[in-house]
Amino acid sequence: MTTPPSAVRSATEWLSARARWQPLEGLFWFSAFAAVFLFPERHLILTEIAWLGLFALSLDLILGYAGIISLGHAAFFGVGAYTAALLAKHEIINEPVLALLASGLVAMALGFVTSFLVLRGSDLTRLMVTLGVALLLRELANSFGWLTGGADGLQGVTIKPVFGIFRFDMFGHTGYVYSLSVLFILFLIARRLVNSPFGLSLLAVKGNPLRASAIGVSVDARMVAIYTVAAGYAGIAGALLAQTTAFASLEVFSFDRSADLLLVLIIGGAGYLYGGLIGAIIFKFMQDYLSVLTPQYWPFWIGLVLVVIVLVGRDRITTWTAPIRLFAARLDWRTFARREAAASKDQCQ
Amino acid sequence: MTVVLETIDLTKRFAGIVAANNIALRIARGARHALIGPNGAGKTTLINLLTGVQRPTSGRILLDGEDISGLPTHERVGRGIVRTFQINQLFGDLTPLETLGLAVSERRGQGLDWWRIVGTRPDLITEAVEILERFRLTDVINERTAVLPYGKQRLLEIAVAIACRPRVLLLDEPAAGVPEDERHEILRAVAALPADVTVLLIEHDMDIVFSFADRISVLVSGALFAEGTPEEIARDPRVKAVYLGEEIVDA
Amino acid sequence: MLTILFDGIAYGMLLFVLASGLAVTLGLMNFVNLAHGAFAMAGGYITVVLVNHLGVPFFASLPIAFVATAAIGVLFERTLYVHVYRKSHLDQVLFTIGLVFMAVAALDYVMGSSQVFVQVPSVLQGQFDLFGIGIGRYRLLIIVICGLLTAALQFILSNTRFGSRLRAAVDDSRVARGLGINVNRVFALTFAFGSGLAGLGGALGVEILGLDPTFPLKFMIYFLIVVTVGGTSSITGPFVASLLLGIGDVAGKYYLPSIGAFVIYTIMIVVLIWRPQGLFTRAASR
Repeated sequence: MTTPPSAVRSATEWLSARARWQPLEGLFWFSAFAAVFLFPERHLILTEIAWLGLFALSLDLILGYAGIISLGHAAFFGVGAYTAALLAKHEIINEPVLALLASGLVAMALGFVTSFLVLRGSDLTRLMVTLGVALLLRELANSFGWLTGGADGLQGVTIKPVFGIFRFDMFGHTGYVYSLSVLFILFLIARRLVNSPFGLSLLAVKGNPLRASAIGVSVDARMVAIYTVAAGYAGIAGALLAQTTAFASLEVFSFDRSADLLLVLIIGGAGYLYGGLIGAIIFKFMQDYLSVLTPQYWPFWIGLVLVVIVLVGRDRITTWTAPIRLFAARLDWRTFARREAAASKDQCQ
Repeated sequence: MTVVLETIDLTKRFAGIVAANNIALRIARGARHALIGPNGAGKTTLINLLTGVQRPTSGRILLDGEDISGLPTHERVGRGIVRTFQINQLFGDLTPLETLGLAVSERRGQGLDWWRIVGTRPDLITEAVEILERFRLTDVINERTAVLPYGKQRLLEIAVAIACRPRVLLLDEPAAGVPEDERHEILRAVAALPADVTVLLIEHDMDIVFSFADRISVLVSGALFAEGTPEEIARDPRVKAVYLGEEIVDA
Repeated sequence: MLTILFDGIAYGMLLFVLASGLAVTLGLMNFVNLAHGAFAMAGGYITVVLVNHLGVPFFASLPIAFVATAAIGVLFERTLYVHVYRKSHLDQVLFTIGLVFMAVAALDYVMGSSQVFVQVPSVLQGQFDLFGIGIGRYRLLIIVICGLLTAALQFILSNTRFGSRLRAAVDDSRVARGLGINVNRVFALTFAFGSGLAGLGGALGVEILGLDPTFPLKFMIYFLIVVTVGGTSSITGPFVASLLLGIGDVAGKYYLPSIGAFVIYTIMIVVLIWRPQGLFTRAASR
């Protein structure tokens, strides 16, 4: 029995379909970079969107692609933020990009160690462990006040220019370009990763761990790997916050931050990388609007949104993005034409 | 005969229940070995022990004389002990093509490749497509697995296992729950398994067992009760007694 | 030393009363209710309002706190929670976190964000000496009340028809349904009772835990530790876990003030490494 080359060709098409760039993605990133020139007065909030989007992307890697629910993802964010702030304050690494990488590595190390606790047990144990680790770190940061500044936060941090050239300014111009570039590069890497055989195996592990191990996938090792990578991403997001604000405080570890993050990802929809980014945009503008209305009771609105989203049904909420995705697929006439051709070829056989 | 898979005094106890009692099973290379027994005899427990889903209370499992009792499931798969599941355990959101591609890439140790986009290894795709063709799954190659007809899903179960290149294939009731008119497809696929693959078949349906097996073991209450050729088992009055003269008499 | 043990036991028993409802609902419906602490907070604020503003005697306010919180529990269970039972754990987590945030903000709005206290009758203030152990009167009351409650709970679970239905439903709700047990009603009752207990615990806890609108967030980790370490298959597990946690926390904060807060996290991590499925889960695995 020989396989016709045409069958292999269309199989190749189908397999790589997930990884193909859609025009709408191009539009998304084009707009993001265009905002550098179009909305210079909004760079501060855009910077926040960039690091929040990266943070949510990191949560998506473990929640959307590996099915791990975390109540304490701020642990890695906070570690990244403090690392970056401390490196700058004590002039250990002066170049921001290098400091950013170092912060990511520190967060990854923490992610690697704690992943073994997260692996164990049920969803409930994972909730406890993730929440516990974040609280523990907050407690540590509070106790080692001589290093971290305790409850006052780490003050007197000066961030040197990026590559020694681009100085951070108070309007967030440099901050936005810097954060957006970091986000874009890390997004490209994540996109590559989830569309790789490794990414496919993560989907398999999330879908059915028993079956995944029965085809030879080491479930634990894959979980450790993605948890570690996601921790690194969260750490870099935290470092971006610290570098663009030249400040780090205990608040980076707070439960609210982890919970808000869940909301960000849920608004945008988990499991397709853009969910976190879109969620971050919606969340920040919502926050901008609502917290002006009632600054103190902002958590109430977050809570209400969460409750409503669950009661209405997350799948129904995310279907509002489905038309967009469908539209995107249509726009990509090349894919469409190929699919048509492949389908008709199948019918002939 | 060369023994490929052997269990020595394999025992598994759950709180108060002995699910596997001193099982000493020897399976010859290339055999078509069937494992039968009434409901609750511990057949599935035995499979779980062999594949490492559960750990034995005592006893050992040897593959080619090498003790594999302590290995986790995925490492046993790497050594060639592969199973199918009684109830479908497939990846509902993946397509058959993706499922097979995944199984092949894991077998080749490329599962950790994270910088390579899926679908860039022609030889890997060719192998996956070939297997899907062999199991007549090409017409649904790009459908979501969850929406496939049950018979197709059963075929995919076996196809995935074959993609792991098993040396010993454990088939847990491959035709269970398949409608009558799709059944022959499964049986054809099982009959067409490569001769060099050793097969341990767990099955209730005596027609399938006696048309397929060259050796049969009978498991009762967690213990090995009888073993022999199909003729010996069919003649064995004790086996008849266990099954209360069910289909086995006619076989 | 024994005084600390005594305080730790009081603290642990209080935690148990606070968390026991969560353990049962979790075991029964596999429902992750992170908003459990909000019911405790409700009980606490009800007592504060009753005693401080309306002049109701402290002892009379306790049963009212129980009943009122149980009523709130039923209300929420029937109107909101029922829609979420069949959803995924992620949905349950999101939903209950949402409720917590709303409760926190709402109480902040109504009662203000500062810590509140309750006027405890003078009989309960101070401590007395017993064989050289300093016994706080209020803590003794907590031990007595919580001890009685635990005994009553144990009795209800093991000796009444409702208890056996509840255990059957926790064990295997599908089979229980098959046996004609109305699992939903058993659950609604249990939820009400569990919320009531949390409310009572919250009322008792105002004096020693303190009460402000962030209470449900602050104690979420304690509740989670109690149910994960203790398991949900019996009430003995959560009980022992609560005592362990209470004594560990009090002793840690007393003897090692600088790192005392870490004791509970250490307990959590050690238990998890040692017994990933919890200390008291059934040995048999399914």
